[in-house]
Amino acid sequence: MTELDHVVVLAGGLSPERDVSLRSGRRVRDALEEAGVDARIADADAALIPALLADPPTAIFPAIHGSYGEDGAIREILALVGVPYVGSVASACHGAFDKPTAKARVAAVGIATPESVTLPREIFHDLGATAVIDRIIARLGLPLFVKPARGGSSLGASPVRTAAELPTAIVSCFAYGDTALIERLIDGTEIAVSVVDLGDGPQALPAVEIVPAAGQYDYTARYTAGQTAFYIPARLPDDALDAAAKAAASAHSALGLRDISRTDLIVSESGEIYFLEVNVSPGMTETSTLPMALDAAGHAFGTACLTLLRLAAARGN
Amino acid sequence: MSEGARHANSRPQGSRIDPYFDQYAERARGMVASEIRALFAVTARPEIVSLAGGSPYVTALPLDVVGNMVGQLITERGSVALQYCTAQGDTGLREKICEVMSLEGIRAHPDDVVVTVGSQQALDLITRIFVDPGDVVLAEAPSYVGALGSFAAYQAEVVHVAMDDNGLIPEALEQAIQRLTAAGRRIKFLYTVPNYQNPAGVTLAAERRPRILEICQAAGLLIIEDNPYGLLGFDGDPIRALRADDPKGVVYLGTFSKTFAPGVRVGWAAAPPAIRDKLVLAAESAVLCHSSFSQLVVREYLATQPWREQVKDFREIYRQRRDALLDALSAQMPDGCRWTTPAGGFYVWLQLPEGINSKAMLPRAVSSRVAYVPGTGFYADGDGTDHLRLSYCFPPPDRIREGVRRLASVIEAEIDLCTTFGAMPPHGRAGPETPGPGDL
Repeated sequence: MTELDHVVVLAGGLSPERDVSLRSGRRVRDALEEAGVDARIADADAALIPALLADPPTAIFPAIHGSYGEDGAIREILALVGVPYVGSVASACHGAFDKPTAKARVAAVGIATPESVTLPREIFHDLGATAVIDRIIARLGLPLFVKPARGGSSLGASPVRTAAELPTAIVSCFAYGDTALIERLIDGTEIAVSVVDLGDGPQALPAVEIVPAAGQYDYTARYTAGQTAFYIPARLPDDALDAAAKAAASAHSALGLRDISRTDLIVSESGEIYFLEVNVSPGMTETSTLPMALDAAGHAFGTACLTLLRLAAARGN
Repeated sequence: MSEGARHANSRPQGSRIDPYFDQYAERARGMVASEIRALFAVTARPEIVSLAGGSPYVTALPLDVVGNMVGQLITERGSVALQYCTAQGDTGLREKICEVMSLEGIRAHPDDVVVTVGSQQALDLITRIFVDPGDVVLAEAPSYVGALGSFAAYQAEVVHVAMDDNGLIPEALEQAIQRLTAAGRRIKFLYTVPNYQNPAGVTLAAERRPRILEICQAAGLLIIEDNPYGLLGFDGDPIRALRADDPKGVVYLGTFSKTFAPGVRVGWAAAPPAIRDKLVLAAESAVLCHSSFSQLVVREYLATQPWREQVKDFREIYRQRRDALLDALSAQMPDGCRWTTPAGGFYVWLQLPEGINSKAMLPRAVSSRVAYVPGTGFYADGDGTDHLRLSYCFPPPDRIREGVRRLASVIEAEIDLCTTFGAMPPHGRAGPETPGPGDL
């Protein structure tokens, strides 16, 4: 396999997920250094392109979350610079990062996803918020889940149990983006299934069941150790685990993703599996589910990152 | 998924990542990740105009001169500067501190002074020696976020006392004391930032000062006078300190963070003898002793450099930046916004139009590349949603104007959202939103 001279871990960016990205990047960098690789962290700023041109790394591990980390923009830049990178190409990221688009593509291959509507901020202004909200509830019922159409880390996302909560949830959502995805909230077991291709094709890793102590897997629950219990594999029947693995692998494939992804799913009380969203630059922090799943599958984190980089380098740009 | 993968760990086991999660003290319960802190991580980037941080403009210091001074200090007195010292602090520095305080009318002996790690540690030590869980601390509404953090760490109940453009309102203080005393509550002290207050920017009027002292004396209530900005007034001489008129009833907290450099982390408390003795013991148990190096750097700076001239330079820089901020606010803020006009210090306190929530608006502001501190950070009781703090100390005037332009646009969009949906209560779980040190 291709030997690595030095590699760059891209982390930071200017989205509200910057802090998470820096934590992800440091963890990836540390794991690679432990594996004997010369790994350096670089931010996505004005110094990036000159630095990549002056001293091209063998490959890049993008760990930028949120906008332009996951919407394909940074991958377009890496392609323009001509440096190999781990992960999906820009066009696939476009479709995956936009949650309504991803839901539609995944539904087209037969995976269930909660019924939803996607509405820009202007529509509430132009048509009247009350009338629009009334129609949403009439159509989708309650409970609901509101989140920005593009974004991650649960920022701007909130459950809605009563009609009175919906306007506030939509306003909170608009703090993080101008388009809201409002979907039926499915009660059930929340799981994250990562898909990794370490050279033998995309493989689903063990499902990680997420049980937040406060009931909601929000930003605090995600990034405060102890606030959420994780079960690996998820406490589900074997057939449900199989179905979840297949759903994640199918979503990965349907969206044209490469190397690595994490799919968030809900397994309803009746056992049906619903696709919620997919992440093309999954969190790599101490509380993130992908590293846990790698470990449960017997893959050392650093070795897996190293393998992904070697495969990217061999693939070229 | 391969069978091997699935069965690598075939017995489902719950993990909460942190095996000591159940062993933390009750007071650590609120120490969790928060969206607000995550947003502040972005504001450190140069692309963002940060009107949030309270970082002094240390670039204005003659850094080459300071560098030479520090080098000479180590060469000539390194064996002292790099050694332990006493918990009360270097005697020579304490003498210099007394000279500094004399500018505000305080007559103090070096024995009255305890050197601390910034005035923040003085706040911590004061709270440590006075506050039991559930005790009441009185503080202005709004109050310094770092002080509220210290009070929360010792599980004090903070009761806010109203202010207006002339600072703390004596009648409101009197009523709060009466009400709490009647309810059988133990009030441990009044915490006040009388000059160019953080965050409100207002100053306690001269005519109110004797009345505040009188009320506290009558109630037997200690005053903690936190005065980090006292020498940074834009007009006239420094304002006479409360402690100047009641050395037995006032603990004065000072710092070199604003008049020299926050990086040296040198502050102090000037206290009545009995309190001073306890502060020294508390400091000893907390840190054994403070940094000899930092103390000698400050002492040397005060002894050999024209520091009063440097403070004048700082004042002029901050005055220009305040003017830039006030002019930009007047020119660009939407109707319904109101703000204070500070006569010194670092901060303007801005009230938003009705229904606009500054905490909810922050993500949009950061997306628009401008940052501020939401008002709720300055209240212990969740108040302040309609306010935000703007800091003018660090960005140059053209960046301040650009920041205000961006902020005005964000507020206008928020007004539009509020008009569409109506005023919204705060959403999401309650949690800490204390900014990082650079934002204080």
